[in-house]
Amino acid sequence: MKKDLVIIGGGPAGLAAAVEAYDQGVHDILILERDSELGGILNQCIHNGFGLHTFKEELTGPEYALRYVKMVKERKIPFMLRTMAVKLKGGEPIKITAMCGDERWNDRREEVLLEAENEPLAGLQKGAEGLEIEAKAVVLAMGCRERARGALNIPGYRPAGIFTAGSAQRFVNIEGLIPGREVVVLGSGDIGLIMARRMKLQGADVKMVVEIMPYSGGLKRNIVQCLEDFNIPLKLSHTIVDIDGKHRLKGVTIAQVDEAGKELPDTAEYIKCDTLLLSCGLIPENELSIDAGIEMDRLTHGPVVNDRMETGCRGIFSCGNVLHVHDLVDNVSKEAKAAGKSAAEYVLSGAGEWGKATRPKSPPKSRYTPTPERDFTNQLICIGCPVGCLLTVNKRSDGQLEVTGNSCPVGAEYGRKEMTAPTRPLTASVKVTDGIGAVVSVKTSADIPKNKIMECMAEIGRAKVSAPVVAGDILLKDIAGTGVHIIATANMLSNPAPENKMSQKV
Amino acid sequence: MYDVIIIGGGVVGCCIARELSKIKMRIAVLEKNSDIGEGATKANSGIVHAGYDAAAGTLKALLNVRGNKMMKELADELDFPFINNGSLVLCFEENIASAENDHIANSGVSADRVVIKNDRSRLEELLDRGRQNGVAGLKILTGDAIRRLEPAVSQSVTSGLYAPTGGIVCPFGLTYAMAENAAVNGVEFYRQTKVVGIEKKKDIFYITCDRGVFEGRLVINVAGIYADLIHNMVSNEPMTIRPRRGEYVLYDKGVGGRVSHTVFQLPGAYGKGVLVTPTVHGNLLVGPTAEDIEDKEAVNTTAIGSATVMDKAAVSIGKIAVGEVITSFAGLRAHGGTGDFTIKEVDDVPGFLDVAGIDSPGLTAAPAIGEYVAQMVREILPAEDKKDFKPERRGIKSGWGEVICRCERITKEEIYEAIRRTPGATSIDGIKRRTRAGMGRCQGGFCSPRIIEILAQELGKEPWEITKAGAGSEILFYPD
Repeated sequence: MKKDLVIIGGGPAGLAAAVEAYDQGVHDILILERDSELGGILNQCIHNGFGLHTFKEELTGPEYALRYVKMVKERKIPFMLRTMAVKLKGGEPIKITAMCGDERWNDRREEVLLEAENEPLAGLQKGAEGLEIEAKAVVLAMGCRERARGALNIPGYRPAGIFTAGSAQRFVNIEGLIPGREVVVLGSGDIGLIMARRMKLQGADVKMVVEIMPYSGGLKRNIVQCLEDFNIPLKLSHTIVDIDGKHRLKGVTIAQVDEAGKELPDTAEYIKCDTLLLSCGLIPENELSIDAGIEMDRLTHGPVVNDRMETGCRGIFSCGNVLHVHDLVDNVSKEAKAAGKSAAEYVLSGAGEWGKATRPKSPPKSRYTPTPERDFTNQLICIGCPVGCLLTVNKRSDGQLEVTGNSCPVGAEYGRKEMTAPTRPLTASVKVTDGIGAVVSVKTSADIPKNKIMECMAEIGRAKVSAPVVAGDILLKDIAGTGVHIIATANMLSNPAPENKMSQKV
Repeated sequence: MYDVIIIGGGVVGCCIARELSKIKMRIAVLEKNSDIGEGATKANSGIVHAGYDAAAGTLKALLNVRGNKMMKELADELDFPFINNGSLVLCFEENIASAENDHIANSGVSADRVVIKNDRSRLEELLDRGRQNGVAGLKILTGDAIRRLEPAVSQSVTSGLYAPTGGIVCPFGLTYAMAENAAVNGVEFYRQTKVVGIEKKKDIFYITCDRGVFEGRLVINVAGIYADLIHNMVSNEPMTIRPRRGEYVLYDKGVGGRVSHTVFQLPGAYGKGVLVTPTVHGNLLVGPTAEDIEDKEAVNTTAIGSATVMDKAAVSIGKIAVGEVITSFAGLRAHGGTGDFTIKEVDDVPGFLDVAGIDSPGLTAAPAIGEYVAQMVREILPAEDKKDFKPERRGIKSGWGEVICRCERITKEEIYEAIRRTPGATSIDGIKRRTRAGMGRCQGGFCSPRIIEILAQELGKEPWEITKAGAGSEILFYPD
């Protein structure tokens, strides 16, 4: 099998790279995706906050993914699912070996068999030793993984109930399952904050978010809408020093730490909980790159690349979280677009001078310490965008509210509303009957009053809709009397043979 | 009515079961945990010791050397991972720990945790003992010769004992291989079956379990750290087994090639000191600590324990980046206090055999213990050999299908097979130990949702009924 360009990974980076390479004139492309659908981690990030830069509107993760999936499908760019590249060898051509199952043509998201649709792929057969593909150029877009408990070296027992935030997110948002009822979150990066809120919305008692640093690594808007909105305490300069529970987690011991991260004596405190979520950093998943002999950057844990995002191995490009960990998917798309363009140039015009190693620019990491001095009566943090302006709202002599500290009109509007009738967007998932999955992600059609959030969640929790569901479908009308509707943000197919599944279960 | 009832499905119990399955007998293995091999078997060094540690004439010496000799052939016959990588025992310059390892001095670790004494005479003692025990090929090498074999070894090593017959084995692989082969040859495995009482009436043992009464002519007590409780149910001569906790740190495959031999330090009063070894799967393992404790289930790790093994390992081969740690764990060795294995028919209870106090080198010795105990059984209860005994067993083959565990590249077919074998996997840990799915860098972060789905489907259960390792360790909650 020969291809001009092979993209390894069908998440946001891979999809944006594929679309751009196609638009630059390279049409012989193949995307390899190891999961059962395109979109990568975005599919489980059902919250909103994506797309402000790329699409100039606020989308949920599945909606953002769908936009790119649509672009890929419009261009008829072939892709294989449940297919994982396991070996990569530089040279001309570049050689890729992949492992794949029989269902590799079966798209979980759309009711099509890719094999029938993709004429050019019909000849692509799995050999006895996997799938061999030769490519002129390759884009690495494998993403990253979460740091696990073992790597954090937390002492104690190893009971059930310890999850990385991402796997808990998958259980709740994709599988519709409940990983915990009394939750402690370790790590206050965005995933930790988002999951603290998600578990709370799902009815769990979220005891606290524990952060070893004296500041949170999460966005200010997430501190506000994930923790402050729900009165979830944030314990800065604390960590977990012991884990209790021989079978299921029973509790954790937290302790304060000094600047060096060392436990301070006599600060230990036992927190009863059945679930611990870990949100302690992401690591680019570069096993394939390292195995191919690509030189790595010890700082970013991604490959060393030139200003065209080409690795030291000619024709192999890298972008997205496998290159360096990003805070915003919009930045991933931008970077991947550039990588897709470079890869297309390489295919069409050949290798140029490699040039100089250029470390990809990342925006400064968020380091936010919620200030206790903040006057909660009239000072607010704007949640309109990731900047998080500190707003001060005062009543003018004419009775109008005056907002200062904002850097755009969104802030002024938010400030006035927050002081009078605060509202929030709400994202969650609704149970689906007869679908290929148990739940479908949803959002509110407009913001709802902040004090109605839990009431809306109760209604969403009771609801059941039947498959198929298409993104944009109105699933529940006038939720909790707010006049706002609940809209699907992803597709959900009907289960083709539900009776088979039932008989298996007997 | 069973001819033989084996209490305990650890590596030793399974080796005995497999050996006895060669004879025409009805045999049951009773295991209190949800899976076989969940006690000391799941958390040890995975070493096939050469056999120079135990004093000549002891069962430990005899069965260690015999087990070592059996391992290669068994690994071929039963298809479990074993590598004859050779081992080294290092002898250091005096006081190197405090003087030369600055990172230790700076780490705030108390010096007595890492002092390793130079004691060349003890090295020679090991050599002599090994020769008496019949260990082949032992040699004392100079520090330079050792560094030629193992370049990562510290400059402060002055000499060392080289044992070419040392090896490494996958403890789960060995145990499952034995159990599966025993099952194919007719042994019945009862898991989640805890013995709560034993009574002997006439010549029959009545073993009361939480799920019924088993009757048997012979009972073999291989209950590991619980062997004392089982023994004391029938005998008037009390036995005590103390759990001795050993903590380990496991590193990523990225540093798995740091050493190719198993590298020991000269043994102290509390076991063999800290070793550094590659594992059969290419990771790097360091440990264990040795701490006598009371709680027979205290397999928790401690901050000090992890720090100790990492610091001690650094003395042998230099520091390994903490970022390369993928997990730490602790195991409980069954320490009998006699200094030797206890393998005998209990004096006041004929027909009841103790196989107790099987601490190091228990894993190495396990196949030889199987043989030894089978011989005892044959003498007590003569029976014919089976003509249709099937000696071979194949491991779960890795294929090229859909990948479920990315880090270890384990396919869906392998997961299915782990569940469908007898005794098959019923939990996440069961899958993990049989296939390695979830043992890699992400420690199950990506694959556990999928494995739960497959387990639920195959076992006809709901996802929230799936456990990490048996009842009480459910991973998900019942959705309201």
